[in-house]
Amino acid sequence: MDQAPCFHCGDPCGSESLAFDGKAFCCSGCKTVYQIFRDHKLDYYYELEEGAGRSPQWEEGKYDFLDDPDIAGRLLDFQDGSHHVINFSIPHIHCSSCIWVLENLHKLHPGVISSQVDFPKREARVHYDSESLGLKELVQLLSAIGYEPSITLEQYSGKEAKKDRTLIYQIGVAGFAFGNIMFLSFPEYFETGEFWLEQYKGLFRWLMFSFSVPVVFYSGSGYLKAAYKGLRAGILNIDVPIALGILVLFLRSTVEIALDWGSGFFDSLSGLVFFLLLGKYFQQRTYSHLSFERDYKSYFPIAVTRLKAGGGEENVPVYQVEKGDRLLIRNHSLIPADSLLLAGQAEIDYSFVTGEARPVHKQPGDLIYAGGKQLQGVIEVEVLKPVSQSYLTELWSDSAFSKAPKSSFRNLTDRIGKRFTLAILTIAAVAAFAWLFIDPSKALNVLTAVLIIACPCAIALAAPFTLGNMLRIFGRKGFYVKDTESLERMAQAETMIFDKTGTISTAQKNSIRYTGIELSESEAAVLKNVVRASGHPLSQALYRQLAPYNIMPLEAFEEHLGQGLEGRAGGHHIKVGSSDFVRASKSLPQTGTEVHVSSNDDYKGCFTIRNSYRDGSGALFKRLSERYSLAVLSGDNEVEKEALGELLPPLTPLYFNQKPKEKLLFVRELQQQGLKVIMVGDGLNDAGALAQSDVGIAVSEESNLFTPACDAILDSRQFAGLDRFLAMARKAMGVIRLSFGLSLIYNLVGLYFAITGQLEPVIAAILMPLSSVSIVAFTTLATNWIGRDAGTETKEIPR
Amino acid sequence: MSVIYMLLAISVSVALLFFVFFILSVRKGQFDDSYTPSVRMLFDDELVKETAEEPSHDHPKQSN
Repeated sequence: MDQAPCFHCGDPCGSESLAFDGKAFCCSGCKTVYQIFRDHKLDYYYELEEGAGRSPQWEEGKYDFLDDPDIAGRLLDFQDGSHHVINFSIPHIHCSSCIWVLENLHKLHPGVISSQVDFPKREARVHYDSESLGLKELVQLLSAIGYEPSITLEQYSGKEAKKDRTLIYQIGVAGFAFGNIMFLSFPEYFETGEFWLEQYKGLFRWLMFSFSVPVVFYSGSGYLKAAYKGLRAGILNIDVPIALGILVLFLRSTVEIALDWGSGFFDSLSGLVFFLLLGKYFQQRTYSHLSFERDYKSYFPIAVTRLKAGGGEENVPVYQVEKGDRLLIRNHSLIPADSLLLAGQAEIDYSFVTGEARPVHKQPGDLIYAGGKQLQGVIEVEVLKPVSQSYLTELWSDSAFSKAPKSSFRNLTDRIGKRFTLAILTIAAVAAFAWLFIDPSKALNVLTAVLIIACPCAIALAAPFTLGNMLRIFGRKGFYVKDTESLERMAQAETMIFDKTGTISTAQKNSIRYTGIELSESEAAVLKNVVRASGHPLSQALYRQLAPYNIMPLEAFEEHLGQGLEGRAGGHHIKVGSSDFVRASKSLPQTGTEVHVSSNDDYKGCFTIRNSYRDGSGALFKRLSERYSLAVLSGDNEVEKEALGELLPPLTPLYFNQKPKEKLLFVRELQQQGLKVIMVGDGLNDAGALAQSDVGIAVSEESNLFTPACDAILDSRQFAGLDRFLAMARKAMGVIRLSFGLSLIYNLVGLYFAITGQLEPVIAAILMPLSSVSIVAFTTLATNWIGRDAGTETKEIPR
Repeated sequence: MSVIYMLLAISVSVALLFFVFFILSVRKGQFDDSYTPSVRMLFDDELVKETAEEPSHDHPKQSN
């Protein structure tokens, strides 16, 4: 069907296109948003970006809990009388149109005072007047225009930490001092010997001294503290020689100017600290819109509707839900605790948990686990376990989440730093000792000069710049790594474990196979029209799969929730659905999800719907198996063992029926054998294994949403290129080693001057920035070269 | 001779002034989001003016 894209959301309109105002819309939701925007003169929205919108999806009553002042109060950032401020996280923010319309909210409702978008964080901060606009109405207003904020238990249970701007201040102070000290050092650089300058030398030097005090004790305090901590723990990390360099530079310079021996090295000192901090800044800036720390709280609702014993409903915070409470779960709401289904037909979507997108049908009396999402209609449940003790949420009480098992990791810089520090201290001692015999007056000078010139500025910069740039390159290709340390661990791993559903297999593409008696053309046409009338995911999958037939009116149609559909047209009475419903024999072996069909009560056959595997995964596993030992852990039964065996290299261990906790223990066991493990998973049931593994990679169809705590998020479209990312991570480590070699050359040159006792401030002032700048240039070029052919660019907005 | 004291005092205080501005701007949050303002400044102002002239939003625009 060749249709114009929807004017609002840009999706193809399909057969049910709505024409309005001379434009095509895919659904009435999109049309309504357009109407709202047009009526408020916000159609500039469509000029900025085409098809940027989203159809609104929300349920009446979903946000009733926001009327509760206690709950609302905990979500607010600030309130003063009726002036309220709240920060919404809105995952849909993705383009300039979004920024524009969200910052013009005041045109939609006069109660909004102002609003400001933080694009990198996908957040909007709204100031509003609570007398004319309640929090619930505000959220509904946002939802109605397709920008539904995500309000989760996480925001309720604790305010996020205050923004840490210390590093920016430190850089500012260091840069300010650096510039001024350079300026004041000019006379010394040129040694003009001019009369007035000689007169004021002392003043200039003491000014430099006073500028450098905050550099050492404020900007450099991080290094001093880290070195002190390292020494106390008995570790010689890279901060030790840096701190030593900073302190020696400062003390020697102070002594020099106090005794009028020379001008000191204040310029080199402040430059050194400035460059080091820049490296830190570069390393720190990553993806603020992605969260790598999510646990179940990011998905669970804040409040639920509890049915009172004497009738009536009330909204209670999820934490107050107790065993025995009766809850009302609305359409598209999450089940917060393990419960018993009392009334209603449940279609539970466990895709958050397992990655399996097909809903599971439950009947009254069945047990429902927390984390599932109800898809059809309203149900009533009785809570069996409180929220934190449910089957899924219990996982978070494991020690893998409470301690930091990865903190024992020592990165390459620190490992090299140890040897480096020992070498420097030895050289300094030997050189000073030698000078004691040659010229004792110069021994102290040489000792300090060695410590100054050997300060491993370039070494300390190599890793942050290489890995920081690598993170950025990965990010552009759709692979988001949490921090540089995760990248280093990734380069070292030799074992990879994969989850099956949602990770290797995708929910977006199904393969459907039909077995049984062939359907006649007219039967197939009726079948197609019957499944078309239903919104159930299986019906829709089947609808897309069947050959195109004309739309025909159905003489009769009925949907039996949780069982199937029946419809009549043109003399055929078609029933599709579960085997009980269609009355097929129950003895058929289960090989996936099956949809049975009968025509006029004659059993015809069944469609078997399977998740298909991601494109290129077979080739990926083949390439990975050359370097890694692989394993697959699946929470499902062994139905797909054979198909999976064909996909994977021979002898790959496959484990089925793995509970979330078992996955975690499996990873832990491998680690106890001394293996470094990469876990690749997706749903919350992998969360334990992802947290326990050395590097947890979450595969996500939509990176803004639904990722459990992990070290890296992989866009599912890039799944087939995972091995290339890993190879690039290893190459990046090679770049760091090369940079170390390069900076060693600079150090040797510097050491020559230092040991022979001719280290002039000018030489230090040239050599130290030169080495830093060339290392930065080298690592940037090298990483870009490595990353030149990694995967295709994704449509992610650059950071 | 003493002019150099004055010059130094001036140059250092100018530098300090800018430093104070920097601290204030960090404190106001100007460095927290380095992307959104670059998009925001490109929005046209025309629509804002238009609504300022007629603050009632009741009648919908006829053309698109």
